[in-house]
Amino acid sequence: MSKATTKTSYQLPIGPIHPALKEPVMFEFEIEGERIVNVDVALGHVHRSIEWAGTKRNPVQILYLAERICGICSYCHPMCFALGVEKIAKIVVPDRANYLRIIHAELERICSHILWAGVAAHEVGFDSVLFLTWQMREKALDLTEYLTGNRVTKAITMIGGVRRDITEDMHPKILETLDYFKENFEKLRHVFLDDKTFMLRSQGCGILTKEDALKLCAVGPTTRASGVKKDVRLDQPYFAYGDLDFDYVTPDVLTGEVNGDVYDRIIVRLLEVKQSIELIEQCIKNMPAGEIVAEKKIAKLLATLKKIKGEGIGRMEAPRGEVFHYVKLNESDAPYSWKVRAPTYSNILPWIPMLKGQQIADIPIVAASTDPCMSCTNRVAVVHKNERHILDKEMLHRMSVEKTRRLMT
Amino acid sequence: MTEYLTPEDLVKSFTDKFQLKIKESHAEKYAYGSKKTEFSQIWMRIDNSIFKDVVKHLFTFDKYPHFAVSSGYDMGNSIELVYHFSIYNGERNREVSINITVELPKSNPVIETISDLIPGAVISEQEKQEMLGVKIHGIPKDARVFISDDFPEGVFPWRRDETGPHKVARNLHGVKK
Repeated sequence: MSKATTKTSYQLPIGPIHPALKEPVMFEFEIEGERIVNVDVALGHVHRSIEWAGTKRNPVQILYLAERICGICSYCHPMCFALGVEKIAKIVVPDRANYLRIIHAELERICSHILWAGVAAHEVGFDSVLFLTWQMREKALDLTEYLTGNRVTKAITMIGGVRRDITEDMHPKILETLDYFKENFEKLRHVFLDDKTFMLRSQGCGILTKEDALKLCAVGPTTRASGVKKDVRLDQPYFAYGDLDFDYVTPDVLTGEVNGDVYDRIIVRLLEVKQSIELIEQCIKNMPAGEIVAEKKIAKLLATLKKIKGEGIGRMEAPRGEVFHYVKLNESDAPYSWKVRAPTYSNILPWIPMLKGQQIADIPIVAASTDPCMSCTNRVAVVHKNERHILDKEMLHRMSVEKTRRLMT
Repeated sequence: MTEYLTPEDLVKSFTDKFQLKIKESHAEKYAYGSKKTEFSQIWMRIDNSIFKDVVKHLFTFDKYPHFAVSSGYDMGNSIELVYHFSIYNGERNREVSINITVELPKSNPVIETISDLIPGAVISEQEKQEMLGVKIHGIPKDARVFISDDFPEGVFPWRRDETGPHKVARNLHGVKK
C-alpha cells in the first residue's frame, strides 16, 4: 500500500461572494492548519464599465452616473469628478458652496464610519452593537434626507457648486442630530475601545506596518491607523478645509502608540466621527453668505464645457480614503477620458500583509477592517483532494463568533 | 531636516536633469476657501526613454512618493498613459501632485514597470494592460485583474480603434455609438 503524500498546506478560496465584503472579490488563501501563509486577491467580478459609459455622456449626466459607483460614497464620486472638471474649466466655486460641500462630505463620513462600526461588530459576533450603530446611522440618513431630499443617491452635486442650500431655519435640526451623535458617541467609544471582547479580537490582529502602508500606497483610515499622515483634506485642502481647524487622526492621538492593527483602525474611524461632527459645527458657525453654484443655467454650463480642451484631476478624502478622478475634455459633449480610482483600489494590496499569519476565523474582521467597498457574503468553498466542502456565510460567521467565545473563556 | 522645494523648483529640478526629454511641463496653482489656501499640481509630458528615471527622481524629494493611479486613453496613433503621483504629504497644505504623461506608439506600446519602485502600482499596471492593450515590461503579475477570464482576447475596452469594445458591447440602450 502506497503512502499518500502528506500535504502541509491547503488552498482556501474565499469569494467572490463573501460575508465580510460588500462587493464581490476573490481571495485565494494558502492555509497551514488554521494559519494563513499566503494570500492572492482577484478582482473584477462586477466591473460595470462605468468609465467607458462616462465617455458617452455629458459632464452633468456623469454626475448622476458617478453617484451610482458606490451606494455609500454616492457624494464623493460625483463631487470628485466635479472638482476635476472645475479645474479644467477654471470655474470658481462660491465660498458658501464650499462650506455646504464640506457639510455633505462630513455627513457622508459619519454615515460610512458608523455603518462600518456595525459591520465590524457583527463580524466578531457582537450583534447588539450592530443594532446600536445602525440606529445611529438611521439618524444620519434622516439628516441626509432632510438636507438633500434623498437618503442614498443624494443628487446634491453640481459642477461649480451644490444644488440645494442649507438655510438658517434648517440649523436646529442639524444641531439636534449632531447632539444626538455626541451623546451616543461616548457609548460607542466605550463599547469599541474598552470592551474586552473587542480588544481580544482586534489588538495585534491584521497588522499593517507603516512601511508597508507607504510602499503599497494605502489610503484613508487604513494608512492613518499605521501612522501615515495622509489625508487629502489637509494635504491639499480642497473645498474650504483650509479654513477649518482640525488635524490628522492617527491612533497615537488617543493611545500614544501606533500598532497598525485592527484596533488602531477602529480608533481612527471613531475619532474621525467625532472630528466630522466638529467640522460640520464649524461650517455652520462660519458659513459665508452668497451663491451656492457658479452657473445656475445648466445648458449654459454644458455649452461652456463643450468648448473646453484640457485635463484635470479631482482628489477628495472619501470615508475610506483618497478618491481620485482624472478627466480629459476634448472640445466635445462627452469627456474624452475619465478614470475613477476609488479608495479600495489602493487598499487591496495592503490586505496581503495584513492577512498573512492570521487565522481563518480572523479573515472576516481583518478584511472588513479596511472597510472595503465590496459587497456581501455568501459562501466559502474549501477544496481538498478533489473533495469540495462548502462553508456558507453562517458557518464562516459562526467560526468567527466561536473564536470570540473561546477567547472569552 | 528635509528640504521642501516649491512646485516651480520641482519642475526646474526635472527639466535641469532631463533637459529636452521633458517635452512639456508646468505647475498649476489652485486656491480654495475663504482663506484662499493654495496647493499645486505639476503636469509633465516626457519621453518614454526617461520614464523610469523620472520616477526614480521622485524619490529624491520623498522617500515614499504616493502613487494614486495611472489613467490612459487612445489617441489614434498612440496610447497615452498619465501616472498620478504626489509627494510631501503629512503636513497641512504641503503636498504637491505630479502627473506624468507618456506617449506609447501603437506599433510598440511598451513601458517599463514601476512596481519594483512602488509595489502598490501593480493593480494599476495590470489594469492598463487589459484595458488599453499596452505591455508593461517587467510587471510581476501578468494576469487580468478587472476583466473576466472569458472576455475575448485582443479586445481592449478603452481602445477607440478596431480592437475596441464595440463588437462585444450589446444591448446598451440609449448609448450613442
